[in-house]
Amino acid sequence: MKKIIRMREMADNQAGTIKKVSATGEMGRRLREMGLVPDTPIQIQGRAPLKDPVAIKVRDFVLTLRNREADNILVEVEPSER
Amino acid sequence: MTKKLTIALAGNPNAGKTTLFNAITGARQHIANYPGVTVEKKSGRVIHQGYDIEVVDLPGTYSLTAYSMEEVVARDFLVKERPDLVVDIVDASNLDRNLYLTMQFKELGIPLLIALNMMDEAASRGIAIDLEALSRMLGVPVAPTVARSNQGITELLNEVVELAEKKKEWSPGILSYGRDVDQSLQEIETVIQKSQIYDKNYSPGWLALKCLEGDRQILSLIRSDEAASREIEVIRTKVYKHTMNTLEEEPEGIIADHRYGFIAGITKKAVKRKIESRLNFSDRIDKVLTNRIVGPLVMLAILYVLYEFTFWASKTPLEFMENFFGGVRQIVAGFLPEGNLRSLIVSGVIDGVGGVFGFVPLIMFMFLAIAILEDSGYMARIAFMLDRVLRWFGLHGNSVMALLIGGGISGGCAVPGIMATRTLRDPKERIATLLVVPFMNCGAKLPIFGMLTAAFFSTDQARMLFAFTLLSWGFALLAAKLIRSTVLKGPTTPFVMELPPYRMPTIRGLLIHAWERTWQYMKKAGTIILGVSIVLWAMMTFPGLSREESERFENERLRMKASFLALPEVRGQVQNESALADLDKFFSECRKRAKKDPSSLKKLADQPLWPVVQETLALIEGPREPGKSEHSALPLASAYAEYRQKRMELSNRENEAALVNTVAGRLGRLLERVTRTIGFDYRINVALLGGFVAKEVIVSTLGTAYSLGSVDTGESGLVSDKLRRDPRWTPLRAFTLILFTMLYVPCFATLVVIRKESSLKWVGFSIAFNLVVAYGISFAVYQGGKALGFGV
Repeated sequence: MKKIIRMREMADNQAGTIKKVSATGEMGRRLREMGLVPDTPIQIQGRAPLKDPVAIKVRDFVLTLRNREADNILVEVEPSER
Repeated sequence: MTKKLTIALAGNPNAGKTTLFNAITGARQHIANYPGVTVEKKSGRVIHQGYDIEVVDLPGTYSLTAYSMEEVVARDFLVKERPDLVVDIVDASNLDRNLYLTMQFKELGIPLLIALNMMDEAASRGIAIDLEALSRMLGVPVAPTVARSNQGITELLNEVVELAEKKKEWSPGILSYGRDVDQSLQEIETVIQKSQIYDKNYSPGWLALKCLEGDRQILSLIRSDEAASREIEVIRTKVYKHTMNTLEEEPEGIIADHRYGFIAGITKKAVKRKIESRLNFSDRIDKVLTNRIVGPLVMLAILYVLYEFTFWASKTPLEFMENFFGGVRQIVAGFLPEGNLRSLIVSGVIDGVGGVFGFVPLIMFMFLAIAILEDSGYMARIAFMLDRVLRWFGLHGNSVMALLIGGGISGGCAVPGIMATRTLRDPKERIATLLVVPFMNCGAKLPIFGMLTAAFFSTDQARMLFAFTLLSWGFALLAAKLIRSTVLKGPTTPFVMELPPYRMPTIRGLLIHAWERTWQYMKKAGTIILGVSIVLWAMMTFPGLSREESERFENERLRMKASFLALPEVRGQVQNESALADLDKFFSECRKRAKKDPSSLKKLADQPLWPVVQETLALIEGPREPGKSEHSALPLASAYAEYRQKRMELSNRENEAALVNTVAGRLGRLLERVTRTIGFDYRINVALLGGFVAKEVIVSTLGTAYSLGSVDTGESGLVSDKLRRDPRWTPLRAFTLILFTMLYVPCFATLVVIRKESSLKWVGFSIAFNLVVAYGISFAVYQGGKALGFGV
């Protein structure tokens, strides 16, 4: 069973597919113009020393966003092995 | 007859737009600002196949909406100036996202040509692109390029000319965005076509699309027709409710999804991927360089190396500049008769302008270091790693660049630093950053730090300077926090930023980059400083001594001379005033030669006055050739040396007295009432007034104010020696002065730039705020130090 979680909750190196971007207005536009639209595969690349912002791999490039922004993105992931 | 063409270069940031622009136009560039905004407009020209092509470099954007200044500027240029062609630079290794902007050019309908750049990088990542298929499906000609190594530039220009000769009209290509959106688009288009706002610059289809996207600029344009605007608002609300109910997404989102869907359809067919190792080269570097523990350590190490590099590399050129301006002032001083004109030209013009240009090497190397950080892609990592810290202080990850340029690793300049705040999108974050950039230790503050450190904390200069750098960061960040939680309250903006792949910077790119900023500094500082340093010179020269006082000094000088000539050991050998004048002349000549070329002294050895001069020189400057002294000349020599010393002290006292009596001196005295509480006397105040023009003036003004003999002895080594021995100076006072210099009013050139980048209101704020902060901190440190007995 796949499950849907917020991007903030993803572990480092975890991959998934964007299901929904709930941000609106300028933030929504900023996320979308960078290619964060539904059905896009992403992977967590790493986090800054203070665990925020997060760097993700999306469409052949690396994008950084803060956790607060990542909260607007729902991602479908494989259930973790743990 | 050459035919004229205008083309616009557009594309995502980091797609190689600037590199391509440089490759096309070479050095023939012109930088200006777009009217009314602080976005740079770069243009250049190139002659190709009989066409005189003007190339305009539009700001890099990801989109063509009206959210940011850059996007508005790019769009307005395209719509209003109507260039013949847009060359859209697309990063082949990052095709999907780059084509998102391409889709919006297609919607706008402007004649378009794609420069598919970084073909080499795409190939190395195992991405193979079928150019023909890509071009066919997009309906746009595609020219492959590698701008870094000048590949494909000629072919690109051929294509530009070929397209231009076809004289293509604008043809808006609105996609399908799903049934609901398409239907509303149709309805809005009909409204617009009927309305008088129908402007032939924009196609109605495109206007309708922008309405649904909630584009502020277009919506306000439409508001000029109230009826149409109301009708459109009804349609917008209807479709918004509908899509939110059925798809849980606003129309704007649906439009974006469809654009990306269309792109995915194209790249699926036109792009073949070999199975790529999941981590490319750049990702693997990032595993180390942005690692939670190693990352910050490496960052500090890199910044430290760049700091060392800058000072190491600029040492020799700095000395050269110093000697150069020293030489110029000497030549000019020799030419002009003594008086106000000479003083104006030497102390006003040459010293003022020389002070600014003397720093050019340091600043240039600092900018070169920063260009390396930027062009390699590392700057974005610094912003990424520090964002969380900076956000706590109300700033943004991208603020770090402005702070670094402003002197964050010591020796930058606030003028280009403030200009670098343009990369910040949010006005509040931008102004907060711009206001704290002047707290950084710019190159002009370093001489006074160096001088005071040498005098009072000489144990470890480099470490002290490093400590001051950390202090200035601390103050800047705390000030930002204060500003952001009071006058510029507001939420932080999103940190949605690309980490571009690491790239080896090209020499040419680095040089152009570093030179652009250096030129900004020279232009701003150079033009402003000339005027202001003349004003400052006047303030520090007039009214000067009253006639009675001048006479008093003159009389004392005469008395001194007479009593010297009356001494028994002198009387026999130097009979009268003209003999004394000869001795003075001969002594100066010998001293000059002794400094420059001691071997030439031998030629003077048969002069009758030589033994006396030799002994005097030995008394003043220490013996050079022991064993060769002439004891018979000793009494006269020691009397002469003493006389010279007294005479110098007298003229120093005169200079000091003159300074006290000038406008600046009186102002300094007036300020003493306040500055006494932080241990500053009027002399320091005068120096700080001078520092308002340019901070490097502080050292030389202190020299004059403390009667250290102006001009020739202006070397900081001498000044620091004197200050150390001066009982009025304590380490605590020196430390307080360092802090005050670090924090007080930005220099005049900086204020002019603040005015340009924000408004007069913030100039006023900057002056008041910095003065209050500087005074407050200095007061606390000085009074605290005194109470606890530190450094008194």
